[in-house]
Amino acid sequence: MATLLKVDRLGISFGGLKAVDGFNVEIEKNELYGLIGPNGAGKTTVFNLLTGVYKPTNGQIVLDGDNITGLDCEAISKKGIARTFQNIRLFSQLSVLDNVKVGLHNTNQYSTLDGIFRTPKFRKVEREMDEKALELLKVFELDGYCDYKASNLPYGQQRKLEIARALATSPKLLLLDEPAAGMNPNETEELMNTIRLVRDRFDMTILLIEHDMKLVSGICDRLTVLNFGQVLKQGSTQEVLHDPEVIKAYLGD
Amino acid sequence: MMDRVKAEKQKIFRSNMITFGIVIIAYIVVELMMQTGNISSLFKGLLVPLCTYSILAVSLNLVVGISGELSLGHAGFMCIGAFSSATWSMLMKSSGMPEGMRFFIAIVIGAVTAAFFGFLIGIPVLRLKGDYLAIVTLAFGEIIKNLVNALYFGVDANGPHFSLEDSMHLNMDGGTIIIKGAQGITGTPKNSNFTIGIILLLIVLFVVLNLINSRTGRAVMAIRDNRIAAESVGLNATKFKLLAFTISAAIAGIGGALYAHNLSSLQALPKNFGYNQSIMILVFVVMGGIGNIRGSVIAAVVLTLLPELLRGLSDYRMLIYAVVLIFMMLCTSAPSWIQYRDRIMMSFKLKSTDGKENK
Repeated sequence: MATLLKVDRLGISFGGLKAVDGFNVEIEKNELYGLIGPNGAGKTTVFNLLTGVYKPTNGQIVLDGDNITGLDCEAISKKGIARTFQNIRLFSQLSVLDNVKVGLHNTNQYSTLDGIFRTPKFRKVEREMDEKALELLKVFELDGYCDYKASNLPYGQQRKLEIARALATSPKLLLLDEPAAGMNPNETEELMNTIRLVRDRFDMTILLIEHDMKLVSGICDRLTVLNFGQVLKQGSTQEVLHDPEVIKAYLGD
Repeated sequence: MMDRVKAEKQKIFRSNMITFGIVIIAYIVVELMMQTGNISSLFKGLLVPLCTYSILAVSLNLVVGISGELSLGHAGFMCIGAFSSATWSMLMKSSGMPEGMRFFIAIVIGAVTAAFFGFLIGIPVLRLKGDYLAIVTLAFGEIIKNLVNALYFGVDANGPHFSLEDSMHLNMDGGTIIIKGAQGITGTPKNSNFTIGIILLLIVLFVVLNLINSRTGRAVMAIRDNRIAAESVGLNATKFKLLAFTISAAIAGIGGALYAHNLSSLQALPKNFGYNQSIMILVFVVMGGIGNIRGSVIAAVVLTLLPELLRGLSDYRMLIYAVVLIFMMLCTSAPSWIQYRDRIMMSFKLKSTDGKENK
């Protein structure tokens, strides 16, 4: 299998604190990869480095043969990394449909003047956007909510909408930051199916952060355990979860 | 589901048409009143300012409501639009250019100059957020007003001359002095009238409403709702904020041009271009509902007319004005009032559907 993401000795320091140091990972196409570790280990910082929120102080990130180290959020999104957030970040005042359509912003384009003067191009592209957005919402069974304000959706649906919006940017790699946070066992079960569906249906590569071990062991192919900003262990899910060091540092006896 | 998306679009379209409809009907009513002579000269004199303030309220709503940034310097952009367009009209006054053409170009010049300064000021200012942005825009508004107040500008055979000292420092060789410092511009042709004001207001509404309901407007609102998420889906936040700010400044410039050509003498006073004016425009926006374009036009009209209508009450005028302000704010913004309003609306809706079923 071909490597999609190759991260080499990635690190960032805030003042004297090395939040992430010497982080390596190689993710293959169509893989479901998990990133776990205790609170404050630097998992979300890794996500912020990958998506350009922070600029790494050393190391490099290669996506599909492209060196994307040090690019900003906008450029990295265009290169094909999309993400969701630990605390949901939707466009709360926009409708569910419009949230996804904002995700389509860079793939379906017309100029501002086309928009003001309602040219045929505007009509055509808007129609395409509506169709694409509805199709995406349908995958997540959200199409029935298309005219709801995003902030009025139930919690679980908001999570799904965030994933749908991320997928609208047609990414190569999808980063999910604690998708199961705040969900009950039933919702988590449903989420696992959704994530599998996303991988199969969109032929997506997914890197996710999660504390819910049932979800992690249920769907992840491989894992990396992060502790104090450094890689503690890397390997197949079962191997890592039974490693004594990992049990001691994170899982507990 | 496509029908629901279409229904939603229909709803937006209908709402926009209502906005245009209100403006057009108001125009027809006032025109009819003027034809039949049922209008006082005081009210006649208010017609162009009403259009000006409506345009400015729409302009500021684009920044405050849609882009979500608090700007307190909007009168500054109005000032730039007013003086640049009036300068053009003065220059071309004796050139024999048809009046309509000259005024049209004056409006374009007012818009473009204000947009240019909006863009320049926007670059540093939009890096700030919230209170800081408000303070800095307030300062820029005052700087513009005071600069214009001190500006001397004249044209002679050698080309244009500028000075911030006095008319002597222009070193003019004959020619005419157009902007005379604190005295401003005198003798601006009076090209503005109610019809042109309404046409400009309709154009501004058309541009702003279509902009909001397009890809660009969605991007601006997405950045307002959550900047980090917007950047993560590949939007350039700075670019869209600057775009909204520049368009808004351009519209304020149009309002300024309309204002300048309604008066024969134009001066940069605290009363017309100072921060009081900026706050007044902000009051229109807040009263009409932040982000509600139609509301800001209605608020601008009501709050401009009110002090004039209450003139007969002399001492109690501002008291009643303040009470109306508080009442309007409660109606549009207080959660419990909104709930109450919705309940009343809902009972009307239920009644009308009942009627249909019983039919």
